[in-house]
Amino acid sequence: MPLSAYLTLAALVFAIGLFGVLTRRNAVGILLGIELMLNAVNINLVAFARFAGDLAGVIFALFTIAITVAEVAVGLAIVIVIFRVRRTVEADHLDLLRG
Amino acid sequence: MTAETVAFAGVAVVLLGSSLAVVLTPNLFHAVLYLAVALVSTGVVFLLLDAPFLFGVQLLLYAGGVVTIVVFAIMLTERLVGQTIRSASRYLVNGAVISAAVFVGIVGFLVQAPRVGVRPALAGDLTLALGRALVGPFALVLELLGVLLVIALVGALYFTRSEA
Repeated sequence: MPLSAYLTLAALVFAIGLFGVLTRRNAVGILLGIELMLNAVNINLVAFARFAGDLAGVIFALFTIAITVAEVAVGLAIVIVIFRVRRTVEADHLDLLRG
Repeated sequence: MTAETVAFAGVAVVLLGSSLAVVLTPNLFHAVLYLAVALVSTGVVFLLLDAPFLFGVQLLLYAGGVVTIVVFAIMLTERLVGQTIRSASRYLVNGAVISAAVFVGIVGFLVQAPRVGVRPALAGDLTLALGRALVGPFALVLELLGVLLVIALVGALYFTRSEA
């Protein structure tokens, strides 16, 4: 398969993840959409690395995966704290900082 | 139709289908299970791109770790609230328009870009080269990543500690 096939697939997954982030009401649902978007970026990194014959892309993808795990852990901890304090995880209800 | 084309088409269908299910299913718990399917099929894409080590990392960290943590969080908040979390969506049309616009924008770049059809031959064992690079030129970044993970996980523990 040509490089553009992988890039198009990644772009589709990215767009789907973005759709999830924009439309989900639940904070955990928004996090799932972000996961999809990061995943699409990883596909891009690995595809470019393979077709350019350069290892750096694969290493970046490795780092992205590890950083994503940290991001999910902190994100979900924040969601749980918000739930404890406000008794809701609806993103629309979390408008404490609205001016 | 080579074997690679067939495999790519199959993986692409599974990946796109499960991704759509992640963002569309009303039950959040089902969404996490579909996310697991999407993450594993992304791993298979890595396999098609000759990166078997990344496939393993994807399975262990993403499909194993992330999905477990998210399931945990959903069960915890569900039990606290005492009812199944239904995640209704909003702004469906606006979201679809914006994501379609982003997709068209990216594909616009792809169409203009020069065609790269053939992948270069593999230069030796990729996993071996990856290991050498991680302890060689990228050693400092790897150490920083370890520090970041410790900080993030300690921070998560601190956030969710019980007050008692």
